[in-house]
Formats: sequence, C-alpha cells, structure tokens
Amino acid sequence: MLTPMKYIDEYRNPELARKLLNEIRRKAAHHWTIMEICGGQTHSIIRNGIDQLLPDTIELVHGPGCPVCVTPLESIERALAIAAREEVIFTSFGDMLRVPGNYRDLFMIRSAGGDVRIVFSPLDALQIARDNPAKEVVFFAVGFETTAPANAMAVWQAAREGIENFSVLVSQVMVPPAMRAILSSPGNRVQGFLAAGHVCAVMGYEEYEPVAREFQVPIVPTGFEPVELLAGILKTVELLEEGKAEVVNCYGRVVSRAGNPVAQETIHNVFEVTDRQWRGIGLIPGSGLGLRESYARFDAEKRFNVTNIFAEESPFCMSGSVLQGKLKPDGCPAFAKECTPQHPLGATMVSSEGACAAYYKYHLDTP
Amino acid sequence: MTIVPICPAPVMQHETVQMAHGAGGRLSQTLMQRVFMPHLHNAFLDLLDDQAKLDLPPGRTAFSTDTYVVSPVFFPGGNIGELAVNGTVNDLAVGGAKPLYLSAGFVLEEGFSLAELEDIVKSMAEAARRAGVMIVTGDTKVVGKGQCDRIFINTSGIGIIREGVNLSCRNLKVSDSIILSGTVGDHGMAIMTSREGLSFQSRITSDCAALNGMISTILDEVPFAIHAMRDPTRGGVAATLNELASSSSVGIEIHETTIPVKPDVRGACELLGIDPLHVANEGKLVVAVAAGDAERVLEVMRALDLGRDAVIIGSVVDDHPGMVVMRTVYGSRRIIDLPLGEQLPRIC
Amino acid sequence: MCLAIPGKLIELITENGLKMGIIDVNGSKTRACLEYVPDIKVGQYTIIHAGFALKIIDEDEAAESLKLWQELIDSGAFQPDEEPFSPESL
Repeated sequence: MLTPMKYIDEYRNPELARKLLNEIRRKAAHHWTIMEICGGQTHSIIRNGIDQLLPDTIELVHGPGCPVCVTPLESIERALAIAAREEVIFTSFGDMLRVPGNYRDLFMIRSAGGDVRIVFSPLDALQIARDNPAKEVVFFAVGFETTAPANAMAVWQAAREGIENFSVLVSQVMVPPAMRAILSSPGNRVQGFLAAGHVCAVMGYEEYEPVAREFQVPIVPTGFEPVELLAGILKTVELLEEGKAEVVNCYGRVVSRAGNPVAQETIHNVFEVTDRQWRGIGLIPGSGLGLRESYARFDAEKRFNVTNIFAEESPFCMSGSVLQGKLKPDGCPAFAKECTPQHPLGATMVSSEGACAAYYKYHLDTP
Repeated sequence: MTIVPICPAPVMQHETVQMAHGAGGRLSQTLMQRVFMPHLHNAFLDLLDDQAKLDLPPGRTAFSTDTYVVSPVFFPGGNIGELAVNGTVNDLAVGGAKPLYLSAGFVLEEGFSLAELEDIVKSMAEAARRAGVMIVTGDTKVVGKGQCDRIFINTSGIGIIREGVNLSCRNLKVSDSIILSGTVGDHGMAIMTSREGLSFQSRITSDCAALNGMISTILDEVPFAIHAMRDPTRGGVAATLNELASSSSVGIEIHETTIPVKPDVRGACELLGIDPLHVANEGKLVVAVAAGDAERVLEVMRALDLGRDAVIIGSVVDDHPGMVVMRTVYGSRRIIDLPLGEQLPRIC
Repeated sequence: MCLAIPGKLIELITENGLKMGIIDVNGSKTRACLEYVPDIKVGQYTIIHAGFALKIIDEDEAAESLKLWQELIDSGAFQPDEEPFSPESL
C-alpha cells in the first residue's frame, strides 16, 4: 500500500530484481568475492535479503563502510570527555550516540547531565551555537566523503559569520585509501568492489581508475536500492568474467566521472588530507581529513585539550577482520554470545550499519 | 487618626504555575477552580472528596495505569492531555473492557504556563467525553523549576470486561490472521519532526485517538473469534508483534507490501533512516483473529473512520516461535526485532 | 554511509547568507542547503544528505536506464528463469 516515491520505488521493482538475479546466475560461471564499502549499501543488502537471493557463486563481503564503526576508540573517548563538560552542548548525528567507548556512550553522558543533542545537519548545530552564545557548541563531524561537504560548510560558515563558540571534532575518513589497504593486505580475497554511490556523487569516480589498474580489480559505482545493487553486482560479475579491471558507473543519475566540483572545492578549502586510525584496522596513511591551519581555531581537539585519553578494545572483538572482509560476523566466536546489539563488544555490533549488527538483526539462523 | 499599616497581600493572579499551587492551600483551590473545574466537572469531581465512590456494574474489572511524559507537550494532532486519556482508555479496551472511570494525576513544573495547562485540561475533558469515560478523581503537585519537564500526567482507569470475552497476548493460535487498523508511524514521526534540530517543516499529525468505540463494534460482531488485541505505542508495530509472538510462543510472519504508511510519514522515515515499524502510534490496533473470521473483522473495521485503512498484514505460524519474520517483496526474509531504544535519525 | 534521499525542490530561500531550499520528500518537507547545487531550479530533483543537496538528479539518465532495463525484459534478452525461482525455498 505504499504510494510510489519517485527515484526510489522504481528501483525496488521486484520483477526487475528477479530478472537481474537470473542474469547474475547465468553470467557467474566462477566463484567471485565482491565487497561493498558503504554502510548504507550493507544495510540495504541485508534488509532486503540480497545476499540470500544471490547464487552461491557470488560472495558478498561487507567492508569498512560505516564511519561510525571505524571511528577510533580514542575519538569516541575524546567526544565523551568533551560532552561531559558543563559549558559544552555536544551535537552529533544520531548514529554516534550508542557507540561505546571503553565503557560508556553519549547516551550515558546525557543521562549523567551532559547536554547532548541529536542534529540532522551540521547547520542545525551551527544554529544551536547562534542560539546559545554563552555555551560552547561542539559538533561531532563524522563521515565519509559524502558528509565532508556538509561538515566543511558548517566550519566555513562559522568562520564567515564569526561564530566563535562553535567547534568541530573531526573524524572524517576516505574510501580509496581503505580500498588500497584492503587490496594490499595479505590474505585479501576481494576481487571486485561496489563503490559507494553517494561518496562518488561528491568525489566522482576518476580516483578509482588508478586503483582498478594497479590492483587489477573492477570497481562499480552503485546505488542503494535493491535493483541498483543487483545491477551493480551484475556489472561487476560481467567485468570479472571478462577479465576487465575497469571502473564502470552504474549509478548514472547522480554519479559523474568528475563528481561535484563545488563540493570538492569547499572540502579542499576547509580540510587537508591526514593519516587516520581506523577502528579495528589500524593506521591507514592519507585516509582521513583534518582541519586546515586557517580553520584550526574551530578544532575541538585543540580547543578542549582533552588529555589522558586511553582506549582499550575488548580482546574478544574481531571487528577489524570483519571490516576487512576476512571474517563473516557469525565466524566470530563471540558473535551472538558475549557480543550482541544489547551488549556490543565493538563498533560493528553497535552501529545498525555494522556488519555484525546487521547480520544479527536480519539473519534467521541467529539463535 | 489611626494609621493602619497595610501588609502587601500575596499575589493571587498568576500566569504561570507557582510552588504554592501545589501546597494544598488557597492557591491550590484557585488552581482547581480556575483551571480544572470549569472543564472537568461531573457528579464525582464536583464533590471534591478525597476519593470517588463508584458503583461498578457487574462483571470482571479491568484496571490500568500509564504515565505520560511526552515532549513537546503540544504536537501536531494533539497534546499530552488527550494522549493521557486515550492511552489509558485504549489499554483497557484492548483487554475487552468497556472503560468507565479515569483518575488523573498531574506533576507540574514551576513556571509552566497556566494558559497551556488549561488547554491541556480542556483537551482531556473533550477526549474523555468522546471516549465516553469520566475523570472522577485527581491530584496535582508542583515541583521546582527543572525538576520535571513542564508537565507529567498519570492516568489510571477502570473498566468492566465484556462477558465471555477472553483477550490475551497469550492466546494466539497458529493460522490466526494479524490485522492492522491503519497507517503506521504517524505519532512518532509527528513528534520527531516537530523537535528542533531536525530541519523539518513537516505537518505530519499524530494519530492520537480512543479505540474503544471501534473495539466495541468488532466485539459485537465476532466476540469469540478475537484472540488478542494490542495498541502499538512505543516501539511500534514491531514491539507489539514481538510481545504477542513471545507471550504465545508462536511465530508471526508479515508481508512487507501490506504495511500501510502515509506518504509524508514515509518520506520523513526515509530521510531520517528510520523504520516505520519501529515508530510509535497512538491510535492504531493490532488484532489477532481466527483465520476464518478475518475478512469479516476487516469489513467491520473498514466501515469505521479509525479502521478505514485496515489490512491483513500476516499470520501466526508454527515456525520460529517467539520471532517475527518479514517476507520482503523479493521473497527473502528478515527478522523484525524489538527496537533497542529510542529511534535515532541516522546518516549512514 | 550515505543515506541520501531524493526530493523535489519546491522553494528557494536564503538563510544566513546561504542558498537554501524547501525540499518535498513524498509530502514531507525539509530544509536543505543548496550551495553545492548552484544551478538547481525549482521543480528539479536532488539527493539530500545531512541537510545538504549533493547532486541534481539527472532525470534523462534515470529514465534512460529504466527504459533500457524494461526493453531488455520485454525483448526476452534476460533469459527465462532456468531454475524455478520460488521464495519458499529460502
């Protein structure tokens, strides 16, 4: 009884999905391991049971596509320390509120009296800063390249208007370096990638061409709805069967080779490339964004000088292996036992995009 | 000439709630007379006794209580007052009881607007009248600024259970049909999109309504074929179905394409990344009915305003007892789990 | 990552010196910043992420790919099911 939603429902058409599945079945003559690095795609694949519908010859592994999951423990602890401060109004996207640090999360800071607020957009956080001049408003700027333009604009705007009681705690990550890290990792089994459609809407897909060439893997910018995911998987299978290590765009209505130049310019203006820790994976050089010197005064890390941050991951947590596609969630000994969405040991079980949480939630054979 | 010193008399006219309004003295009486009595008067309340003395009709008594702390207090489609009345009415009615009498306890924050309080009380009176119940006893307390979020309301209610009717979440039988009375997610999304910080200009309205009329009509038609009824509130239809499946130790299977959602609610859910099945409702009914009578119940519901979008969404199965499974339009299946907590908008 | 939903621009406004718009998403209206889609016109569709419009949806491109798929289905270029596809088998 759903009234059709334009640019969504056409891509949920079951007849089209079925035909694409048949075509995948027909074309996949060999076993192929394909990875998506996008929490939104992971969510959609599991929610719609795409992995259940694919033939056994195609293995989908879920990569580190959830910025919530890969935000390092130190960053979470830093966020918690800042949020607990009396003069701070701590604002964040909803996704981050349940991610645990060593032993608490932002919800707990809130129930202990911290002013923690969910916002839909970083511009909402900026408005809170305008409305509360006596307070320090901090925004947890988490995300991939899709969110970088929004986060950049908030900082740029704060500078322009002189909103000095605003700062951002940056935890921005980028996909291509992660892809390279996974492909370079010993024991890597990934043979092809679905590229994150909205990351590519911003950045274009030009930067994936050298990766495809160097590692000889096809990379296919793909959308999010079931029909789009299947079309992207089909194209990847075709390229694999033909031995073509190319980048072929399957999300043409929003992705172009060059991407969005205005967005890229603002990102470049406000941020610079940095090395970044990825929770569960470790340091990936040149994989993050940090504020440029010209905007350093908006850096919450500098402004609040939070020291004595220590971070200790659970020794049982195997998020890292899951994030790199080396382990399926139910291959972890703690899965659904010590580690559940109610008592998560690591980020992949906390975030609803995390592979472990999605698996737990959606797979029928979970006890 | 004698000079009589005039002591300044305490201010008796206020625009906002004062601590003294809850102290039981003259200001408390003023509050009763100015704000509550004009709207809530009836034979019981007018006596101003500490208790209501009731003569209950014969039959088993049903008794329910609930406390309302919703924020914002006024939302598109309603306010905390009518929510408090309808909520308790519904909790009684889904047990097969005719709701009769309610109590209303108020905790007010110092500084809360008296005009807003009066609007809320007026709404409660109106809601009670529409539902055919009487608010017969109540209480008001005032706490200091910051000690409660403007206003909290507790309502408790008494009703008489229809003879021979046995509704319980333990009663589901394999092959029962599961009927949903209408669109999901209206209330929760009305609340969420009217909160600040979410950039919305939506006019999604709450579905807050008393269901006892519709329930009574259904039970008139098929009193013995209904096994259970619940009104899905916090946690949405997902929570209710899980409670039913778990209490009866049966599986429930529902079909994705059958779930009715209003277009703007759907738009808001998509934008915020929220599943409508996990969103609160305040005027919807989930009915578990023997399969053979499902069509009849559907017909009865659809003839009523509150049930015009009623639809069969699934059935009770003997697979996966205690679990709720959804069959997608593609033929794959996924578990519909209890939501963990608050619905959070996501960017991921 | 990347929850970005398509919506239709119905009104242009300015807020704090930024180009903004009212976006209709299936009847629900939200405000979004349009600085990254400077050429957007009322009536066009865009994807909204975290309160920002990121790209104008290329409607011709969308129509083209849907048309292509439909043609392939109609012409039988997608082979008929080789195995009977029964959801019950899942």
